[in-house]
Amino acid sequence: MIFLAEEEPQSPLLPVVPEIIIGLICFGVVFFVFYKKLLPAINKALDERREAIEGGMEKAEAAQAEAAQTLESYKEQLAEARHEAARMRQEAQEQGAALIAEMRAEGQRQREEIIAAGHAQIAADRKQAAELLRQDVGKLAIDLAGRLVGESLEDHARQSRTIDRFLDDLEQQAGATVPSQSEAGGR
Amino acid sequence: MPRELAVSNDQVLAFETDCHLFKDCGFHAPSVWSFVFDPIFTIGSFEFNKAMLLVLLSTVLVVGFFWTAFARPKVVPGKFQLLAEVLYDFVRRGIAREVIGKKAEPYVPLLVSLFFFIWMMNLWAIIPFAQFPATSIFAYPVGLALIVWVTYMTLTFKTNGFVGGLRNLCVPSGLPKGIYVILTPLEFLSNVIVRPFTLAVRLFANMFAGHLLLLVFIIGTWYTLGTVVGTAYSVTSMFLTILLTAFEIFIQALQAYVFTVLTATYISQALEEAH
Repeated sequence: MIFLAEEEPQSPLLPVVPEIIIGLICFGVVFFVFYKKLLPAINKALDERREAIEGGMEKAEAAQAEAAQTLESYKEQLAEARHEAARMRQEAQEQGAALIAEMRAEGQRQREEIIAAGHAQIAADRKQAAELLRQDVGKLAIDLAGRLVGESLEDHARQSRTIDRFLDDLEQQAGATVPSQSEAGGR
Repeated sequence: MPRELAVSNDQVLAFETDCHLFKDCGFHAPSVWSFVFDPIFTIGSFEFNKAMLLVLLSTVLVVGFFWTAFARPKVVPGKFQLLAEVLYDFVRRGIAREVIGKKAEPYVPLLVSLFFFIWMMNLWAIIPFAQFPATSIFAYPVGLALIVWVTYMTLTFKTNGFVGGLRNLCVPSGLPKGIYVILTPLEFLSNVIVRPFTLAVRLFANMFAGHLLLLVFIIGTWYTLGTVVGTAYSVTSMFLTILLTAFEIFIQALQAYVFTVLTATYISQALEEAH
């Protein structure tokens, strides 16, 4: 290298045109490549990335919403089922109560029927017994009286009238002494 | 020491003479000559030199790096793409959107190109065998500032029309009327002439000074080497070189950042509606 000591170098603050042009061209190339190719490419990639992230988040949000909805519907169904069960239980209770009441009424009715039938039977039996008793008592009384008087009482017509009169008197007496008793018995 | 040789290829005189301390030999300080290179080849009167080569390589490297990362971008990025994305996002979000706001998107390519192109040109200052910041040649910052200036002016007049654009450039709002007499020409001077100039000079001067600073200590390391006392100086100088190299790494990124942020500020101002 030769040192040009005699010459003064150009002032460093005086730019040389060829160098400016070279600088501009070089910068132009850098700018052009960035502007046309690289920055659009990377911006696209960055946008895609952001979308992918946002898309993932949206998906997660959707899934969460769906889960919440499912839970809600399950809860609803559960509440409905509980409600239904309660309703059915109540219905069954009501039905049971009605059934019991019905059966009780039926039982009551049957009981009354049986009682009534019993009473009628008793009344009929009593009447029959009274009839029989009347005949027997008459006969017995006549027999007894015959024996007592020694078969002197042969007049049948007289005889039977006397007995009947006696029995009627007897009944009248009984009716006078115990009328309430015979009514209670009739009931 | 091959490192110094590589750096100071323009200062060969200092080594050729084998000039050292205490040998009745003066210190050959780095000078403007440190920024002048013999042409690598010549086409007619056009001389292709080292700085031009570095600028070309900057383009190749920036484009190559981002091409590898972004040409076929994946939605799920690899490590390399992720690194490039972080860098891109730093400019897009940290500068463009931070300064310009919602209308930033159309200007992102310009800002991204500016930042990484300037950063790469600055970085050459500490890359072995290159060791020369391309931005310390004034023409390159000037070219970039020119682009910024044209963008600034175009946007100002496109957004506000001719009169509105002039108002935007020269008449700051909300001041007492008398002040405008002084302020309007000052604002015009500041916005239209001084701004692009300082934009270019700031970048150039920082890298120029940084390179000179490194050269001073690198040449100093070589110059003081030899005697016992000299070697003590040499080691100190060497240590400072390393320290300043680290500092330069910081300055390189910072200047690229400042240039880009100022560009974004001008764009944002141009997009402002005139009051």
